Amino acid sequence: MKKPSKLEAINLDAYYGDFHALKSINVAMEEKAVTAFIGPSGCGKSTFLRTFNRMNDYIDGFRIDGQILLDGRDIYANDVQVDELRKEVGMVFQKPNPFPKSIFENVVYGLRIQGIKDKKILQETCEKSLRQAAIWDEVKDKLDKSALALSGGQQQRLCIARALAIQPSVILMDEPASALDPISSAKIEELIYELKKDYTIVIVTHNMQQAGRVSDYTAFFYMGELVEYAKTKTMFTSPHDTRTQNYITGRFG
Amino acid sequence: MPHIDVELDRLRNKLLEMWDLVEYQLSSGREAVVNGDKELAQRIIKLDRKVNNFDIKIDRMCENFFALFNPVAVDLRTVLAILKINTNLERVGDTAEGIARFACKLNHPLDPELIELTKVLVMYDEALAMFTECRTAFKEDDPKQAKALIKRDKTLNKIYRKSDAVITKYIKAHPDRIAESLALLSIIKKLERVGDQVTNMAEEIIFYREAKVVKHRRKKKKKE
Repeated sequence: MKKPSKLEAINLDAYYGDFHALKSINVAMEEKAVTAFIGPSGCGKSTFLRTFNRMNDYIDGFRIDGQILLDGRDIYANDVQVDELRKEVGMVFQKPNPFPKSIFENVVYGLRIQGIKDKKILQETCEKSLRQAAIWDEVKDKLDKSALALSGGQQQRLCIARALAIQPSVILMDEPASALDPISSAKIEELIYELKKDYTIVIVTHNMQQAGRVSDYTAFFYMGELVEYAKTKTMFTSPHDTRTQNYITGRFG
Repeated sequence: MPHIDVELDRLRNKLLEMWDLVEYQLSSGREAVVNGDKELAQRIIKLDRKVNNFDIKIDRMCENFFALFNPVAVDLRTVLAILKINTNLERVGDTAEGIARFACKLNHPLDPELIELTKVLVMYDEALAMFTECRTAFKEDDPKQAKALIKRDKTLNKIYRKSDAVITKYIKAHPDRIAESLALLSIIKKLERVGDQVTNMAEEIIFYREAKVVKHRRKKKKKE
């Protein structure tokens, strides 16, 4: 049985000033599944990812037409609080970006901003999030040490823990493993595979093999268009569109 | 367990399921031949469709595995081996179906002398044992057991090579039992094929465990 859609874009167009970055995108993403966005640089996949937590709002001249629905609710509606939205939709970036604080403070940062002071809650959330991000065993004895002393791969898992601590239901990942060595990258992939039991995950990746390994669904973007959206299995064995075929077989352009 | 191992396990288990089904077909074939159970023979024939479905499903699973996981080294060899074992299993299934078709034609009771002379049941038991042990070798990743199986194929070949002469002689003495004799000869031929297919599968087990290609080797040695 098909699971309900968690995120949905309806006739979505996006513009950076005059530049038409996304062209009438229609797509529904399944709950508790991993959807990968692939496509050459500048195809619009990151722009699209960032519409889900309104990260593009900060960019001058950026505007959208159409709708983005989270659990059926338009996240660009006037009454939507962006802060509230981002509690629901967490994000992990390409480069690990821990704050220059202790490991503990990094994880509970979001909770502190929400005004939570109860030490027990903070400690419990910290441990739970670090465990979920598969980094607890590596850092449990040095929670008060600076997060910047961790390796790149550990920092990225810490950032994932930080995203999980505010209990989102969706996690957006913008090339979360591209700045990491292969072993750290494999750890992140395993983590994504584990996390999809509880979260809806959308990941942008340049690494086709990664999309194959971690995702249930894949969307191929090209020049602002959603060319093809299908189960990853189907996309990687028998894509419908010639452009998809050329891209995933490395014959593009 | 890493994701790739979860998927590999699924693939292996699917193949083992198919192996069970074909083993059931093959062992029931013996029963159908010995007891003249035509109803059982019909059931075996019908099971062929199920085996074919497994064949298609496993092919598809392998294709997906290649596309999604880009396997290398032992993972790559394992999936290549599974793909080939799948083909061989499907053929053993066809062979079992063929035996069941002959079982339908056999008039009972069979002449015990003919059974004794042709050693068809000895051959059947050996082929079945090899088939079952090959499954164990695959399940336990045991190339040693696989190597032992390849040697055992000789027993089947020996019986097979003598069968023409044995049957010719028998037919001359019992011209009223030509149909029965020819059916048994065909079954012997089919069992010889099962031996070859088990050998192929055993070679694949050695290939994926030890990265050694052992197929076509024995013939070369003989020429030297």
